[in-house]
Amino acid sequence: MDAFVLQILNGLDKGSAYALIALGLTLVFGSLGVVNFAHGAKFTLGAFCAVSFQQLLTISRKVKDESVTFFDAYKEVPYLEIWWGDTGSMIIDWAVPLSIFLAIPVMLLIGLVLERGLYQFFYKRTHAEQILVTFGLAIVIQEVIKTFYGANPIPTPAPAMLSGTAPIGVWLGLGESVAYPYWRLVYFLFSLLVIGLVFAFLRYTTFGMVVRAGMSDRETVSLLGLNVERRFTILFGIASVVAGLAGVMYTPIVPPDYHMGMEFLVLSFVVVVVGGMGSLPGAVAAGFLLGILQSFASMNEIKSLLPGLDQIIVYLIAVIVLLVRPRGLMGQKGVMED
Amino acid sequence: MSDDFNKKRRDFLKSTAALGVAGMAPTVFVRNAWAQDFVNNPGKAAAITLGFNVPQTGPYADEGADELRAFKLAVKHLNGEGDGGMLNTMKPMALQGNGILGKKVNYVTGDTQTKSDAARASAKRMIEKDGALMISGGSSSGVAVAVQSLCHEAGVMFMAGLTHSNDTTGKDKRKYGFRHFFNAYMSGQSLAPVLGERYGTDRKAYHLTADYTWGWTQEESIKNATEGLGWQTVETVRTPLGAGDFSQYITPVLDSGADVLILNHYGKDMVNSLTQAVQFGLRDKQVNGKDFQIVVPLFSRLMAQGAGENIKGILGSTNWNWALQDAASQAFVKSFGQEYGFPPSQAAHTCYVQTLLYANAVETAGTFYPCEVISALEDFQFDGLGNGPTLYRGADHQCFKPVLVVEGNDNPSNQFDLLKVVKQVPTEQVMYDPSIFGGELGSCK
Repeated sequence: MDAFVLQILNGLDKGSAYALIALGLTLVFGSLGVVNFAHGAKFTLGAFCAVSFQQLLTISRKVKDESVTFFDAYKEVPYLEIWWGDTGSMIIDWAVPLSIFLAIPVMLLIGLVLERGLYQFFYKRTHAEQILVTFGLAIVIQEVIKTFYGANPIPTPAPAMLSGTAPIGVWLGLGESVAYPYWRLVYFLFSLLVIGLVFAFLRYTTFGMVVRAGMSDRETVSLLGLNVERRFTILFGIASVVAGLAGVMYTPIVPPDYHMGMEFLVLSFVVVVVGGMGSLPGAVAAGFLLGILQSFASMNEIKSLLPGLDQIIVYLIAVIVLLVRPRGLMGQKGVMED
Repeated sequence: MSDDFNKKRRDFLKSTAALGVAGMAPTVFVRNAWAQDFVNNPGKAAAITLGFNVPQTGPYADEGADELRAFKLAVKHLNGEGDGGMLNTMKPMALQGNGILGKKVNYVTGDTQTKSDAARASAKRMIEKDGALMISGGSSSGVAVAVQSLCHEAGVMFMAGLTHSNDTTGKDKRKYGFRHFFNAYMSGQSLAPVLGERYGTDRKAYHLTADYTWGWTQEESIKNATEGLGWQTVETVRTPLGAGDFSQYITPVLDSGADVLILNHYGKDMVNSLTQAVQFGLRDKQVNGKDFQIVVPLFSRLMAQGAGENIKGILGSTNWNWALQDAASQAFVKSFGQEYGFPPSQAAHTCYVQTLLYANAVETAGTFYPCEVISALEDFQFDGLGNGPTLYRGADHQCFKPVLVVEGNDNPSNQFDLLKVVKQVPTEQVMYDPSIFGGELGSCK
């Protein structure tokens, strides 16, 4: 029972990352019709916003370590700690959550610049050409990150208060033996918040209403005198922010490196296809579903029966879904069915 | 042309040839007599080049960076600069602090990326383009085995860096390859008795293992050694190198009935898997009426630094530790510390020692000719390089010396005091018959 609950939590946790990336992918595909292979790179850019913010907060001075007597040893003491003591330490400790405030404007700006500077020229090109140019862009972004930050993972810890284990078994009345890392729960709840905000924005604002209408029939909405193109540009920026925030909050789970986004990109595309190209609820539902299935496939009982299933289950599901329902679980008829 | 002229001409040619042979013959017995007979023979060049091939990127990059620091320090000391480090303590010592055989030592570096293909390409470049006489470094047994094989084919010396798989000097051993570092078998033999004393003989172990030669042999060695104590092995699960998120491998441990998790991981993989195991509450659990334990069979200070508080109280084995009090270790620590501001890791130590051992063997042999250098290293007994008296066994080119069992320090006295030595296991306890791992050294070219 314990393992069952933990595998569900693990699945939700993995699914959170898949869903957030797939949500951005679907927003761009649904509105602009672009197959965006550079979306994973935005997840990486978000993670490096957290790294940059942490590095900014920990600019240090070298101080001689008096406890080492056999040679001259030095330790780095951040200026924030020198100036503000414990308050400074606490700010550094909360670097990852605080970096969200840096990531939102930075990712929005990156999204807007890329859409106006590159993507708009490829809207009417074939999907194959879009894949080529966006994949090229992803490689360029990766190499730029590598140049500035190096190729090695950079530790970006969660705040000490959220580093321990949550007694989730006690909360659920299952006993003390079920515990789960706080930060992974935070990641899951954060993803729900972001997904909820995106849906609410599209559902309850005039901007969202125009965008949804534009996604259904761009020409008619344009004939009403509404600037759909500008709204789609902003939507592209929002998709970048969503991917960036997914990256920011993921950094305490796995220390970020320059190609972390690529590992998620392929899986997220599978998620989008399974959910249905262009379907926002489909992307989110498929993200969580595939995360949970992948997690269960890694249970020892399953692995002893079907070794390696955890590595292929996502693709296996995709094959089955495409054979039975080519438009995906919640996709619109016609999309990717030609 | 007359017969008389032809006879004089033949006599002249014979005499010249005889004089030539007579004049060259003695050089066979003197230094540099093998001119052009071996790869990258420096001849009368004033300097020689060594190739330091380390992981500058990838999961073992921290170890690689420290290895490179040690190599640079070794070159400095060989060239007579700095305080000399362990050149002052090594016995027997043929080096004079004026390079190797009077030639200044230069070096080139490469990035193995912790990938065999990249490491081989890098080593090949060093041998063919840079003229490296010896290749050293690496921080992965997969890389070591691949580069050792390449060096053997090329006829160039390979002084392995950090490689802990039994295979390196077992089934994949080569005549041109030597390893100072200990191996997985020795870890098992040294660690198991301490595990038995601490955690009892009735335990159920779950292994998470890096899926390549080092992980496989370490898992096998630790499994054999702990099962010898009476422990049961519940499960052995392979994980990809550089997996990053180990949660899907850690979660099944919780429901497996195991009360010990053995992490056959190293470098950043170990830091991540240990950190995540602790995050998942494994250390706070009680299973089978016992406190759950985590064991890290191959430990290093750099990993302890990365894992922070999570390392406290965790047992493992190590090749060398900077806190050793022998004169040689302290000389090296002082020298390295003054140069870089922190103490060396075990990876740095083994690479520094390997460079000195190669240089000393060349000086002893009086030539860079690898076959003679190999002869000088085989069954070479030395002291004054840390860990006490050491043997470079000729049968498999494996070093034998005491092995350290260490534990994550609960109360560190300074920022580097992360591992404390629990036991120094004598050489006899970790020695083995070289035939048990198979393999052939091959011959010298």
